[in-house]
Amino acid sequence: MMQSKTVEIAVGIFVALGLGALFILAMQVSNLSNLGGDDGYEVRAGFDNIGGLKVRSPVTVAGVRVGRVAAIDYDDENYQAEVILRIDPRFDAFPLDTSASIFTSGLLGEQYVALEPGGDMEYLRDGDRITLTQSALVLEQLIGKFLFSQADKE
Amino acid sequence: MAADPPVTSAPQDPLVCIRGLRFTRGSRVIFDGVDLDIPRGKVTAIMGPSGTGKTTLLRLIGGQLKPMAGSVLVDGQQVAKLGHGELYALRQRMGMLFQSGALLTDLNVFDNVAFPLREHTDLPEAMIRDIVLMKLEAVGLRGGHQLLTNELSGGMARRVALARAIALDPMMVMYDEPFAGQDPISMGVLVKLIRLLNDAMGLTSIVVTHDVPEAMGIADHLYLISDGKVVEQGSPAQLEASSSDWVHQFLHGEPDGPVPFHYPAPDFFDDLMAGEQ
Amino acid sequence: MAGMIRRLGRWGLSFFERLGRGHLFLLEALAGLPSLLSRPGLVVQQLYSVGVLSLLIIVVSGLFVGMVLGLQGYNTLVGFGAEQSLGMLVALTLVREMGPVVTALLFAGRAGSALTAEIGLMKATEQLSGMEMMAVDPMRRVVAPRFLAGFISMPLLAAIFSTVGIYGGYFVGVGLLGVDAGAFWSQIQDKVDLHEDIYNGVIKSLVFGFAVTWIAVFEGYDATPTSEGVSRATTRTVVHGALAVLALNFVLTALMFGEI
Repeated sequence: MMQSKTVEIAVGIFVALGLGALFILAMQVSNLSNLGGDDGYEVRAGFDNIGGLKVRSPVTVAGVRVGRVAAIDYDDENYQAEVILRIDPRFDAFPLDTSASIFTSGLLGEQYVALEPGGDMEYLRDGDRITLTQSALVLEQLIGKFLFSQADKE
Repeated sequence: MAADPPVTSAPQDPLVCIRGLRFTRGSRVIFDGVDLDIPRGKVTAIMGPSGTGKTTLLRLIGGQLKPMAGSVLVDGQQVAKLGHGELYALRQRMGMLFQSGALLTDLNVFDNVAFPLREHTDLPEAMIRDIVLMKLEAVGLRGGHQLLTNELSGGMARRVALARAIALDPMMVMYDEPFAGQDPISMGVLVKLIRLLNDAMGLTSIVVTHDVPEAMGIADHLYLISDGKVVEQGSPAQLEASSSDWVHQFLHGEPDGPVPFHYPAPDFFDDLMAGEQ
Repeated sequence: MAGMIRRLGRWGLSFFERLGRGHLFLLEALAGLPSLLSRPGLVVQQLYSVGVLSLLIIVVSGLFVGMVLGLQGYNTLVGFGAEQSLGMLVALTLVREMGPVVTALLFAGRAGSALTAEIGLMKATEQLSGMEMMAVDPMRRVVAPRFLAGFISMPLLAAIFSTVGIYGGYFVGVGLLGVDAGAFWSQIQDKVDLHEDIYNGVIKSLVFGFAVTWIAVFEGYDATPTSEGVSRATTRTVVHGALAVLALNFVLTALMFGEI
């Protein structure tokens, strides 16, 4: 009981360290800092095949992440996948004829949506639709096409 | 703290009243129909050979064990029937000195004696300090209040434990083998302390021991227990005058008598011959 | 044959008896928790011996585990040209698994064994019995504060372990092996989810802390009051604590991340 003050200080530092570590994990390590919440605007895009795209996959322009995939749905009129992209409000100057493609980062990496700005004077607004889309490349289809083309040559 | 205990029984009644006590541990019978009274304000010694359950008796009085049959009344309350709260309230009025001292090893002498005060009272620290130093003064260890428990000799540890046992001014103190393994000087100190504290604080003391001369020296009343029964009781003089051979053997430490020197065995000659077959 | 069945039966009976005692003990310890509200000092004292004194081993182990993860992860990922994902690999491994599990194992060895030995020795030297006779309930005075301190310390220690480990991986990956610092952090922030990963990691460490502390204080309280009994109880704490952590980890992982 003699050194109770030292003990209390040590415990105080310990608890502060622990809470600090939790804070770092929450803020620095997790996606909390860039969840972005509900701000930003949503645009839609229909893809014939989204491959392995998932909700929360990144949306990039020129390799810079500008948003995330907010939702994925199936549109049974067009027989297409309906992907809703949530774009950060900072990036609000994408031309209307911007195109969207699904790419894979690296050979085994995750899939993401890459936007390619067009030349229109009007900008994309909340609820707009991207019409120019390119589906994900599915490895089996690629190999299949390659094999057929080889067979045709012979 | 030591508020006057509620008077639940008349002062002339014995403080502890045990009737028909039976206690077994596994198949071993420790007590079988023990009747025992501890008078108020006196020093009562309970003696018996090792392994007769003298410590068990103290635990039964303190409510740490429950009897199989019979009753243990302390200050008019049936110990085994008390609820948790009542039992703990009763224990605040009992002190117990364990054979080992049972001091809390992570606290120093001062904090050990202050422990029951801090646990059970809201006294300001200055007052706790006064009380602790008073109690330590009574056992002659006021100068050692900063010592750690591992710096104490066995006798000093027991004195600290005694100071702690009387910290809340209990109505009774139970001593479990206070003299075991003590050198003659510490033994003399403890004998003097038990007598002195009993008379000065108006305590009731129960001393469990097998050290005959010390017990005969300080006790007002003695019980001899063997094989789960009270064999003899009375004042030291009455015991000396007892006609029982067993009492005589126990009091004078004779090697042979009603308690045989030999463990029961077949005839020695037969046993030796049996090895040759 | 009959003898073997009998031995099995006896073992089963004593196992269930112990299990029952353990649960009764837990109830008593939990019942003692409210009384701590008026005595926060007791918990602070135990937080010191359970938490602060475990800090060093946790920090050092976290650092080395993180560094090894950085090294091994880099060597594996660089083969796929995916060394950019190193941060994610290190962070997810630590936050989801290594942080809670390794911390709990170390906690069982460092704090759990100390708790068992302390309580066991208090029992062997009649200190618990002495407290009872002083009308101080050892469940409230001794067991409950240690229990609470273990429960509080574990998630904090696990968080410190994971954080230090991530910085250890950062040091090796970015500092020594030349992974891009921005990619390291952005991969982490991309892939580590607050709910899915961090909350679940904290829940795991809470469960482990509960289990290890329960085992530790129960083993101490239930120890045979001899020096041999205490040493055996201490061993049991470490062994049973570690087994409990690993088994619980599988169950929790299956519930949280698996699709079983």
